[in-house]
Amino acid sequence: MTLSPANEALAAEIIGWFPRPRSALIPLLHLAQAQDGYLTDEAMRRVGELVGATPAEVKGTAGFYEMFRFEPVGTYLVNVCTNISCLLWGGEELLEHACESLDVEVGGTTDDGMFTVEEAECIAACTEAPCLQVNYRYRGRVTPADFDQLIEDLRAGRTGIAGHGVLAQVRQSIPAERLAGVFPPEQAREAPVWLARNGADG
Amino acid sequence: MTAVEPRATVEITVDGVAVEARPGEMLIAACERSGTYIPRFCYHPRMSPVGMCRMCLVEVDTGRGFGLQPSCMVPVSEGMKVSTDSDAAKKAQDGVLEFLLINHPLDCPVCDKGGECPLQDQTMAYGPGETRFVEEKRHFPKPIAISETVFLDRERCILCDRCTRFADEVAGDALIHFMGRGNHTEVNTFTDEPFASYFSGNTVQICPVGALTAAPYRFKARPWDLTETLSTAWVDSLGSRVAVQASRNRVLRVLGADADAVNWGWLSDKERFGFEALNSAERLSAPMIRDAVDGDSREFRQAGWGEALEAVADALRATSPERVAVLGGARLANEAQYMWAKLAKGVVGTDNVDAQLGDGLDPHLVLGLPRATIDDACRPGATVLLVGPDPKEELPTLYLRLRHAIVNDGVKLVEVTPHATGLSHLAAHSLRPSPGTTARLVAELVDAATGPVPPGGPSEIEAAARSLREAGDGVVVVLGRMSLAEPADIADAAARELSRLPSARFLPALRRGNLMGALEAGLAPGLVPGRTQLEDAGEGAPLVESWPRLPDSLGLDATSVLRAAARGDIDVLVLLGADPLNDFVDRDLAYRGLRGAACVVAVDLFVNDSASLAARAVLAAAGPTECDGTFTNVEGRVSIMSRKVTPPGTARADWMIAADLCERLEPGSTRGLDSPQAIRAELAQISRAHAPITEDALTQNPMEGVLLASPSGATGEAGGWRRSGRPTMGRSPVDRTEPATGPAGREDPLEELPEDGFLLVATRTMYDDGVMLRHCGSSRGLAPAATARINPADTDRIDIDVGTAVRVVSDFGHIEATLATDAGVPAGSLRVDWLAPGAPANALIAAATDVTVVSVEAR
Repeated sequence: MTLSPANEALAAEIIGWFPRPRSALIPLLHLAQAQDGYLTDEAMRRVGELVGATPAEVKGTAGFYEMFRFEPVGTYLVNVCTNISCLLWGGEELLEHACESLDVEVGGTTDDGMFTVEEAECIAACTEAPCLQVNYRYRGRVTPADFDQLIEDLRAGRTGIAGHGVLAQVRQSIPAERLAGVFPPEQAREAPVWLARNGADG
Repeated sequence: MTAVEPRATVEITVDGVAVEARPGEMLIAACERSGTYIPRFCYHPRMSPVGMCRMCLVEVDTGRGFGLQPSCMVPVSEGMKVSTDSDAAKKAQDGVLEFLLINHPLDCPVCDKGGECPLQDQTMAYGPGETRFVEEKRHFPKPIAISETVFLDRERCILCDRCTRFADEVAGDALIHFMGRGNHTEVNTFTDEPFASYFSGNTVQICPVGALTAAPYRFKARPWDLTETLSTAWVDSLGSRVAVQASRNRVLRVLGADADAVNWGWLSDKERFGFEALNSAERLSAPMIRDAVDGDSREFRQAGWGEALEAVADALRATSPERVAVLGGARLANEAQYMWAKLAKGVVGTDNVDAQLGDGLDPHLVLGLPRATIDDACRPGATVLLVGPDPKEELPTLYLRLRHAIVNDGVKLVEVTPHATGLSHLAAHSLRPSPGTTARLVAELVDAATGPVPPGGPSEIEAAARSLREAGDGVVVVLGRMSLAEPADIADAAARELSRLPSARFLPALRRGNLMGALEAGLAPGLVPGRTQLEDAGEGAPLVESWPRLPDSLGLDATSVLRAAARGDIDVLVLLGADPLNDFVDRDLAYRGLRGAACVVAVDLFVNDSASLAARAVLAAAGPTECDGTFTNVEGRVSIMSRKVTPPGTARADWMIAADLCERLEPGSTRGLDSPQAIRAELAQISRAHAPITEDALTQNPMEGVLLASPSGATGEAGGWRRSGRPTMGRSPVDRTEPATGPAGREDPLEELPEDGFLLVATRTMYDDGVMLRHCGSSRGLAPAATARINPADTDRIDIDVGTAVRVVSDFGHIEATLATDAGVPAGSLRVDWLAPGAPANALIAAATDVTVVSVEAR
C-alpha cells in the first residue's frame, strides 16, 4: 500500500522540518513501516517521490538498517536472545519453547500473522537474562511459563504494545522536550523542541 | 576536466623523489602523473573520490610521521612525503587484496573480464600468492539481467561504488544502489525496476571486475584476441571518441575514449552498442537493382558493381542537372561527403543537394553563426541558453557534460524547450513556449536581456533575462529544432533574435551523425565546400580548377526536392543514407516524392523503408569502422574515423562510389583522388575552412582532433550571416537584412485552438524505430511504445481516460498511441515521439503548416 491520506499529510509536514526533503527519508520510512508493518514497494516508491530520491536509493538506504523490513512480519516481532548470558540462563530453551508453542520455525510467522519469532544476538540486557523483545520492548528473566503468559496477554491485547513498525512509539521514556521523532502523530504538529533549542544555543 | 590554471605547484616527495603536484589534486593522481602507479579499484579520475576499496593505501608523512592513508582521498600538500612501496604499504595492499578475494569467485577462466581485469592484474602485481580463506564464499544467482543490455554478477562484485557512483553522479539516473549491509551488501536495482539508463554501458566499461557485463560482448572474445583502433562515434553529432575493438574481422566492442574536450570517456548506449547493426545479417553486401518498383519485377536482384554503377550513370546522363537531386549524407565521412558534393555539384552540376530532411536548421545559419565549443558551454560560471530539443535524448554525451557543468561548476542553464527535458530539474529557468510561439518568446527574452532597463519583473521570462544579462558576454546558445512539428524558420527566427545577445556563441544541436561535416562539405543548396556561397564559388580558383563545372542556378532543399519529385520534375533522386519516409517531416510528401521520382537510387547499409518503397538501385555502402575518414562534430572538431574491419561482401566506401560515378560521367575528374587522404588534401586545398586539416594536425592530437575556426573568424562578419536570396528549408526566403524588430507576426496558436484540439509537439527519443536501431540486436526492443502525452490540466477537455489506446488525428493523417499525462508538456500541447514503432509522427505533419493541430479520439 502507498501512504494513507493522513500519513501523506504527516509526511508533507515532516519534510518541512528539514532543510532538504532528502533528510526526511528515514522518518518517512518509519512512517511507512508503522502503517504497513514493513516497507512495501509502493510505499518506498512514494517516499522516493516525496523526497526526490529514486526507488533504488530509498531501498538501498533502508536496507542498511536492520530494523526496516521488506517482507511482512507478524504483528508482534519476538526476538529471543541466545547470546552468551542468555544462553547460560536458558535462552536457547526459551527460543525452542517459543517455536514449539507457536508452531513456527525460527524466523517464521504464525499462520494467523500475529507472531514472528527470531533469534537475536545480544540485546544488551544481560542482567535480565534470558531476555527477549516484543516489537523491541524488553521482557527480562523470561521462563517458558512467562512466555506463554506473554503470548496470551498479547493475544488479548493486554500489554499495550503496538503493532510492528512503531518503533518511535515505543520510546516512551524520552521526555517530551527531547522528543526528536515524529510520533505520536497527533502531537507531532510542530518542529521538535530540541531543534528550536539548538538554534537558541547558537 | 575543465582546465583551471594552477595558481602554483606543490612540491611533494614520492618514494624519495621530489615531484611537482597541482594544488588540490589527489595524491593518487599526482603520483600517477609523475610515473608512480598506485593500485586502485574505486578511484576514477572523472568521478568524486570515495575511498571504498582501500587498495590505494600508501604511507604518507605530513610532518607527524608515516601513516597509512588512502591516496585517492588525500589531497597533496606542501612537503608531503609519500612512500608507495614501503613494507607497510605493501603489506596493506596485500591485505586488502586478500580481503577482496575472500568472497570473489575465482571463475576467471569463464569471466569476460579475464585478461583485462584490474583485480586479476593487481592481484598478480600486489597481492598474496594464495588465500588463507577456506570457508564457503557468499553466493548469489549468477548473472541477473539488470537491463536489456547489462548483466550483473554480484558474486564477482567488490563493492567499489564505481557503477553506482556513475549512475548517481554522472548520469543522474540513480537506478542502481547498494542494498543490504556488511557481508550482505550487494549492488542491485529496485524490485523489478530495470537499470533503464541511456548510459548504462559506461558502468560495464568502468567495472574493475567482471561483475557487470554487456550483452553484445558477453562470451564473444578474449581481450588478447582483440585489436583496437581510435575512432569517432557516428550515431550523433557530438563525435564522441571511441576505441573500436575487433577480432577476426568483426567489431565486437566499442569503448569510450577519454577526450578531454568532448566525451570524457563516456558514451551513450546507442553510441556504444550501435555497432551491432553493422554486424547484422541483413547488411547489404552487394548492389541490388530492380527494373521496376511495382509489378512482377519488383524484387531486388543482386548485381555487379559495374552493372549497377553504369545503370546509375546512364540515368544521370539521360537527364539534365536540374532534374537530379541528392538527399542525405550525414552518415558519411567528410571525405565521402566532399566526393558526393563534387559529384553532384561539380560533375553532374545540380545544386538540388540537401543533407538534412527538413528536420534540421538552415545550413547558412549553422555555417554563419559564431560557434562555441562544448568546453565553452561547460566553462565554470558560464550561462547556457538551450533553445531546442532535449539533449538527453538527442545529444546524450553533451547532456552528460552539461549536467556535470551545472552540478559541479556553477554553470547556469536557461532552457527554452517544447517540454520538460532531462536537464529541467537542474535548470535555473525553464520556459516552455507552445508550438508556434517560440520565436516570439525568444524575442521577448532577448529584448528583456538587452534592453536599456534591467529586467525587474517577477515573470519567468524576466527572471531568465536577468540571468542572461548577468552572464554578460558569456552566453552559449545550444540551438536546435524545438519540435519537428514546427517549421525550421521558427528556429531560424529564434536564432536571429538570439544573435542580438552580445557576443553570444552557438553550439548547433544538429542531430544526425556527421551533419556538420556535410554542411562544411557543401551538401546543402547554395553552398560549396568550405562555407562558400555558390554565387561566390567562381572567385576561388582552386575549386574551379578541380571541379569540371558548377551548378548554373541555386538548387532546392529537401522539401522542395520532394515537392518537385512529386510533380514529376525529378528524374534521379539519390538517397545518401537517407530514409525520407521515416525521417522527413512530412510522410505523405515523402511518399509522393519517392513515388514521383523517375529513378531513386539509395546508397546505404540496409534497404530502408524508403528504398524498399521506391529505389531502383541500392548501392551497398561500407559503414563506419569499415572505411577511413574524418568526422566533424557540432563544434567543428575534425577527428579521425578509422577502418577496423572490411565491409561485408563487395560493399564499397561511399567516396569510392562517388568517385566511380564521377569517372563514368567525366573521365579524369577524380585524378589522384584514390584515398581518403588524397581527398582530404584536395578539400584542404580548395577550402579555406578546411585548410587546418592536415595529416600532421590530425596525428598530432589524435584524441581531440583539429578544431576548425569559428565562422565569424573565417568570414569576418561578426555574429551575423549574409543576405542571400536562396530558399530556406523550402519556405519563403527569410529576409535576413531586415532588422529584427520583434516577434514574428503570428497570432498565438493557442487562442485559435478548437475546444478539443491540441498543438502537436514531436520530438525525438534516443531509441526509436530507425533503420540502424532496428538491426541492433540488444537495443532493438528499447524504443518506447507510442504515447500521446498531454498536460494533466488538459484531461478535462477530452472525455477519454488516461492510459487508454487513442488515435491522434490531424488534418493529414493519424497515428495510434496510448494517452498519458505529463506535467512537463505545456497546457494545450500534445507530445508524441518522433518515430515510435508503428506510429510515425510525420504522418501527422504537413511540411507547409506552421503548427499542427491534432485531436484525440478513443479507439
